[in-house]
Amino acid sequence: MKKALSLLLVGAMTLSLAACGSSSSDSAATDSTTAEESTTSESTDAASEESTGATFKIGGIGPLTGSAAVYGTAVQNGAQIAIDEINAAGGINGYQVEFNFQDDENDAERSVNAYNTLKDWGMQVLMGTVTSTPCVAVVENTQADNMFQITPSGTAVECIQYPNAYRMCFSDPNQGTESAKYIGENGLAQTIAVIYDSSDVYSSGIYEAFAEEAANQGLEIVSAEAFTADNNTDFSVQVQKAKDAGAELLFMPFYYTEASLVLAECNSQGYEPIFFGCDGMDGILAVENFDTTLAEDLMYLAPFVASSEDEQVQSFVSAYEAAYGETPNQFAADAYDSIYVIKAALEGANATPDMSVSDLCDAMTAAMAEVTYSGVTGKDITWGEDGEPNKAPLVVQIQDGVAVEL
Amino acid sequence: MSKKMKVRNLSKTTKSNLITYGMVIVAYIIVEIFLRAGMVSSLIEGLLVPLCVYVILAVSLNLTVGISGELSLGHAGFMCVGAFAGATFSKCLENVITFGILRFTLAIIVGTLCAALFGILVGIPVLRLKGDYLAIVTLAFGEIIKNVVNVIYLGRDSRGFHISIKDTISLGLEDDGEVIIKGAQGITGTPNDSTFLWGIILILITLFIVINLINSRTGRAIMSIRDNRIAAESIGISVTKYKLLAFSVSAALAGTAGVLYAHNLATLTALPKNFGYNMSITILVFVVLGGIGNIRGSVIAAVVLTLLPELLRALNDYRMLIYAVILIATMIFTSSPGGQAIQERIKLFFERRKTKEA
Repeated sequence: MKKALSLLLVGAMTLSLAACGSSSSDSAATDSTTAEESTTSESTDAASEESTGATFKIGGIGPLTGSAAVYGTAVQNGAQIAIDEINAAGGINGYQVEFNFQDDENDAERSVNAYNTLKDWGMQVLMGTVTSTPCVAVVENTQADNMFQITPSGTAVECIQYPNAYRMCFSDPNQGTESAKYIGENGLAQTIAVIYDSSDVYSSGIYEAFAEEAANQGLEIVSAEAFTADNNTDFSVQVQKAKDAGAELLFMPFYYTEASLVLAECNSQGYEPIFFGCDGMDGILAVENFDTTLAEDLMYLAPFVASSEDEQVQSFVSAYEAAYGETPNQFAADAYDSIYVIKAALEGANATPDMSVSDLCDAMTAAMAEVTYSGVTGKDITWGEDGEPNKAPLVVQIQDGVAVEL
Repeated sequence: MSKKMKVRNLSKTTKSNLITYGMVIVAYIIVEIFLRAGMVSSLIEGLLVPLCVYVILAVSLNLTVGISGELSLGHAGFMCVGAFAGATFSKCLENVITFGILRFTLAIIVGTLCAALFGILVGIPVLRLKGDYLAIVTLAFGEIIKNVVNVIYLGRDSRGFHISIKDTISLGLEDDGEVIIKGAQGITGTPNDSTFLWGIILILITLFIVINLINSRTGRAIMSIRDNRIAAESIGISVTKYKLLAFSVSAALAGTAGVLYAHNLATLTALPKNFGYNMSITILVFVVLGGIGNIRGSVIAAVVLTLLPELLRALNDYRMLIYAVILIATMIFTSSPGGQAIQERIKLFFERRKTKEA
């Protein structure tokens, strides 16, 4: 009888949770609709009556659960801010925009499921996916459906191998090449040690391009040591080898959590090379229990610096901080820009929501050739036919505990 | 009339097996009708092939766990072997064999054989262990396979194949070379050969193999070892031979599922999520909740539990929480004495109604 009771309780819990879930999303929905209503009433003179009916439906895909959830959440939040701003300002071509973000758990299979869910919802344009591997799987589907896709942060080359796909961030090879060029042209060092994550597409992709370009620049890679995701807490061996090889510069193409450990290890071994990283380094100053003085003089490529004086960046950062109580990272910034690029393409194409997905894509890809966009992750960005953004990489150095543009 | 008699004369197990096959075929026909009518949402359409993959995996693992009575936690490892072998094969011969069906058939055979080979290699030392130790070793095997695949770089050029465990640069490819397996970045651009029809055919073949194996002399020998090893040995049954047979057949079928999986997505990477410990446990969950040793139960559990998290997407943040709660509830209902008592009562209730109606 007790068991039966417990079963009943489990059932009741499920139901009540389900009720919670739906009621909270309901209230959120009503919030946004009231917001929409108020905005439409404000901008009635600007937008015609059409804006009450049809809307543009933009979908987003990224990990909201699992180990990569921090990136997906940032993208969702950043994109939401852009959507709210656009809707408040009267929408795109006079139409309001709806945004739906689905979880893919950083898994290719789930990502395709999320894509199909969004398609059932009526998505017209895809802003996604956040991570590379799922993106390669999803781009096959968007290509088959001829749907316009822009990935905020999928860095692998194959992510945008079709004409319907664009990218907001730098690609892996691009970052590797740019890093090697910067080091070579500025004569930072001659002998270089690399530590990279061989189990990560992002990290190994950058490393390979870096190694190729380093040879062209006359740089010598004296030590290249790998670690894997299962083995990323102790870097004593890798640092020791870099030190023994006498490298003047340590190149670290991976994320800031591991980087903070490498910096601490270098400090304890008394090894003081020049440290150079990629955009994954963004956020290192916010790592808990990390002595930020160790990151002093660390240089990295960054598309976005939250402390920048730029007006657009400042307004984005303050809006983000007000909404989510934290400083936005590069993922949020890329997503914010991606939404505005979609807006620019839709406006350039003079698109209306009643166009079919395929027509919309054709019109938008045609318009993308003309788009020149200035946002929080770069100024005067243009896109080639390959979908890669043309923007200058920013090199940032940490000075007195603050990231400063060089 | 005579046909009806025949059906009645069939043994209980044969009838039950026919229901299992029939269930799959009916499901296929219904889905196909809906597909033709355009009434299936894109989500379900995209889920059809993965569903077939999970059904094959669950049925094949049930052979090890349910019939042979060995707890294996490395099933995803065999799937990984099959997936990478099949995908590499397809990638190499993509331009040689342009006839998709033939290439995919060969890829399935290659993937299955590779997984079977690994099943035998792993099985020989491992099956001497029992219970928890077997579980630990198979678990380790799954993780090892995943990590090995993550460091392999395989390239091809006019001089033949090159392999490295460092990076693509050390492959030293000629200009016409092509990297097939790119370490952690896996294989991209596998031809998209998997279809729902292929999935259903492979499920039927899997069911045919497993069900016939169970109901054969060999199957009875395997089950006798499960039930009492010493008694089985004393009547002259070769324990190692039969255990190894069940284990390697199970591994081979997991390899088949892997090939189907690899040809469904354009990208194949060995992540903890799809080929690691998590996946092995997920498959084990299908088997346990479907009923250990119950083949039809495995099929149903795999379908329901794969669909569930996707259909719960509407609940947003609570999705995974509710999925977990449902899993726990199912476990209590099917396995605990209290849950079984309720089941009995429900059964009794329906039987009474039946007799009343009659």
